[in-house]
Amino acid sequence: MTKETGGGTGNVVLSVDGVRKKIGRKWIIDDVTFDVKQGEIFGFLGPNGAGKTTTIRMLVDLIRPTEGTITVCGYNVNRDPEKALQYVGCIVENPEVYTYLTGWENLQHFARMQPGVGTDRIAEVVEIVRLDQRIHDKVSTYSLGMRQRLGIAQALLGRPRLLILDEPTNGLDPKGIKELREFIRELAEGGLAVFVSSHLLSEIQLLCDRVAIISKGRVLAVGGVNELVARNSPYVLWDLEPLETARGILEERSDIRLLRLDEVTLDDSIIAGMGEGSLITAMEDDLIPEIVAVMVTAQVEVRAVHKINPTLEQLFLKLTEGESID
Amino acid sequence: MTNLLPLIRNECTKIIKKKRFYVILLILLVLVPMFTYAQMRIAERSRDKFNSDWRLEVQQQITDNQNSLGSDRIPEEWKSYRRIFVQQLQFYLDHDVNPNEPSGVTFTREFLDNSVSLFIPLLIMAVASDLVSGERTTGTIKMLLTRPVKRWKVLFSKLVALLMFVSLIVLSVFVISYLISGLAFGYKGFSIPVFTGFQLSGDTVDMTTVHSVPQWKYLLMQGGLIWFVSVVVAVLAFMVSVLVRSTAASIVVMMAALIAGTILTNMAAAWTTAKYLFMVNLGLTGYLAGTPAPIEGMTLSFSMAVLGVWGIAAIIISFAVFTKRDILN
Repeated sequence: MTKETGGGTGNVVLSVDGVRKKIGRKWIIDDVTFDVKQGEIFGFLGPNGAGKTTTIRMLVDLIRPTEGTITVCGYNVNRDPEKALQYVGCIVENPEVYTYLTGWENLQHFARMQPGVGTDRIAEVVEIVRLDQRIHDKVSTYSLGMRQRLGIAQALLGRPRLLILDEPTNGLDPKGIKELREFIRELAEGGLAVFVSSHLLSEIQLLCDRVAIISKGRVLAVGGVNELVARNSPYVLWDLEPLETARGILEERSDIRLLRLDEVTLDDSIIAGMGEGSLITAMEDDLIPEIVAVMVTAQVEVRAVHKINPTLEQLFLKLTEGESID
Repeated sequence: MTNLLPLIRNECTKIIKKKRFYVILLILLVLVPMFTYAQMRIAERSRDKFNSDWRLEVQQQITDNQNSLGSDRIPEEWKSYRRIFVQQLQFYLDHDVNPNEPSGVTFTREFLDNSVSLFIPLLIMAVASDLVSGERTTGTIKMLLTRPVKRWKVLFSKLVALLMFVSLIVLSVFVISYLISGLAFGYKGFSIPVFTGFQLSGDTVDMTTVHSVPQWKYLLMQGGLIWFVSVVVAVLAFMVSVLVRSTAASIVVMMAALIAGTILTNMAAAWTTAKYLFMVNLGLTGYLAGTPAPIEGMTLSFSMAVLGVWGIAAIIISFAVFTKRDILN
């Protein structure tokens, strides 16, 4: 499902270079560096409190970085916000709009704040987010999903080159999430760079071309989703009888690593479904038929073989675990 | 480069759509009739008592005040206040001018004298205290500041909108109190002479500079002073609203300051440095009417200068903080 752009080509729209932020005596953000290119969907991953929102606020000049520079389309966001921010549409946290105005009045309000956005463009974005039915109603009567769409309409008003969405699926139902995902992909295909933050890894994996993983204010990894995921070999779960013979066979192989349960990062649901005597190995999946054959010759009953593809979640847990040790 | 005019238009739209201004008009429409009615009862009573002869009434007031001067139970500050009052009444009597001629215009003048230091500032706070903190409470500040507009322009547009609405509020207080009180007292009275220019020194009044002005002119002078006070209060409330994150806190801070002002006015005569506080200087119209200043050494120009300095400081602080501050939540 994910497009592989990995290294990618095209113009850099957003460039974050060595950004740090000190609040009080604490470094809230400690070295964040990444680039976002035209036409790509860039995921910004991290647990709650990792510094995602602080970083996003720095991207749009709500917070000034203590060190480092943030550049949008060649303009420094903090030194030249009038130029830089006209290429940016954003929703920081919730889509906060004026509830005592109508949707249309809200859009008019924000249209007046940027050059070259007239009534035609307002009508256009209303159509894009499919709010035309209710646009003249007061926002206080809107559902959360509609407010979200109004927020996106607002973000798109100035024909941005970079769209920043902070936890965009928060509070949306599964259907809304799916729609939003398709919508974001459409926008990216139109050449927009989309920056999406989330703490839901599966969501990012489904949606994004490249990701940055952040934890405790540090970017731990940046890269294409597939490329990052490929750093982990898949796990294979074996249900074998008799267990001891099987363990002996697996231990002899140099291309297979037997893992203890506490060494692996697996979904809780998989761990719960595992049999008493399951063995967990890290190995290339093309070895499976060979091993099965070996087992059979050795009179070992192969009851189940279960391959688990590496996920961003595993990578993420692995990376953040290392962090918590030091 | 975004033009300032559309931004100012935005801010005005928001103030109007928030219905803050309507609330202010509503408050006036409820309260002014109450005051008018109270004033009407007073007028009726004195008419019954003095058979519509205002000279008798003023004479009675003078005698009452003079009698009380002899009492030991009255504090010295009140006595000097009354001595001044007696001399002014005597001046009106000598020049055969009724100081309390009932009319819509007189009511307006007196009502405004009484509302300049608390009531009008309160109405202004209804708009000003919410301007910035309101955007922070609802989170819309994030939308506002991530648009390609410099922060000082955003704040400046808010300030301009605020000053426009302050002017509108002051004007509405005048118009509404005139229109409503006129129902009871008649709409005439613009040309009634009013004395102004009393020079106070200690508890004697220097009458040499006193001159009479028609009431309409007096109202204009009063209006100018009230507008000035209102602008300063608005700018201060605006600053608090920049500094404080919640609207409730912002209103409480300003209320506390204003009420502290009225309390200090009544008791700070001995603490002379209090005259540098903005809240004891709000009663500018008192200088016009010749009421003694709360603290020795306060004059019209002194008070205006103090208010001016506070106002300018508030604007500087507002802009300095707003343009630099990180929006963390």
